[in-house]
Amino acid sequence: MEEAVRMAVETAKAAQASRVVKLHLRVGTLSAVVPEAMQFAFDVVCRDTIAEGATLEMETVAAACWCPECRAEFECAEFISECPRCHNLSGELRRGRELEIASVEVS
Amino acid sequence: MCKECGCGLGGDVKVGGHADGHGHDHHHDHEPGHHHGHEHGQGQQTVTLQRSLMEKNDRLAERNRGFFRAKKLLVLNIVSSPGSGKTTFIRETAAQLAGRLRLGVIVGDLATDNDAARLRTAGIPVVQITTGTVCHLDADMVARAAEQMDLDQLDVLVIENVGNLVCPADYDLGEDLRVVLLSVTEGEDKPLKYPPMFHSAHVAVVTKSDLASAAGFNRDLTLANLKRVSHHAQIFELSAKTGEGMKAWLDFLLEQRPAAKSKTKNIEH
Repeated sequence: MEEAVRMAVETAKAAQASRVVKLHLRVGTLSAVVPEAMQFAFDVVCRDTIAEGATLEMETVAAACWCPECRAEFECAEFISECPRCHNLSGELRRGRELEIASVEVS
Repeated sequence: MCKECGCGLGGDVKVGGHADGHGHDHHHDHEPGHHHGHEHGQGQQTVTLQRSLMEKNDRLAERNRGFFRAKKLLVLNIVSSPGSGKTTFIRETAAQLAGRLRLGVIVGDLATDNDAARLRTAGIPVVQITTGTVCHLDADMVARAAEQMDLDQLDVLVIENVGNLVCPADYDLGEDLRVVLLSVTEGEDKPLKYPPMFHSAHVAVVTKSDLASAAGFNRDLTLANLKRVSHHAQIFELSAKTGEGMKAWLDFLLEQRPAAKSKTKNIEH
């Protein structure tokens, strides 16, 4: 979270803005992020910075697995999942582990 | 601070004999600003970034990787639950490779330098990182610890990570091989419970094999679970304490070493 706030503050300064208003995060469903912990950490880390009081918005990214047999993706809820087409197990995640700043709103 | 569990807020990471204040960055970071939708002037504006929070660690890890390669080091990142036998495994590996490969160790714990002391009494060059409250090692900590070692005297750099099967999975340290340890007393479904860590490992070592029968260890099930989560990992089963199974692991390391050397040789042409 420190990285996220640092990037946001840097972005605000580069845009000659005086405050960070909102931070938009993209969080994969299998990224091991606990939203409440993230919010708590965000509030603490923002204190005494130009991001203090900013809103944290988290967009979730559904996980998708790659089936090498079918050569296609399928949506999954776990790390090791069964392909709905051929029923083979796959652990090749293509999406779902993201933790990125999508955008920052400054003013 | 750990991006996943949020630990480490306001903690003080101590590397070797030096205390480093939390958040101090002595290196001037040249961040390429990827600013899209950028407008000068007042008013609310949204700046698109699309940047991973792991960017900085990934970049430092690659810097480490390049540096270690130039030093012709084979670098291992040893991960496991607390108590799987990492320190003993490293100590015995170093002892049995004496005269063939020189090992140095960077060890991470929240507190105490007990592991470093254990390794030091075995004559192994070691730097202890005490993370305070942080649950994993990151590339920056490893870089700072490596500065306190004479890497030219080493063939293999072993990083003993903080005992934790969750957060360390996402922190690249710049290693060549990630080695996950799993002792026979931990339960056969451990790999299924911690997929990211086991999936990211190049090598899986089943440790404390001397306790297998006392623990009622189901070997077939454990191996099946390991292969299911990490079909590409090389698996070793051993007891660092009795020496059983250690030869296969040591031979494997000896084979890896020329590979680490030849990577640099190719560039020299």
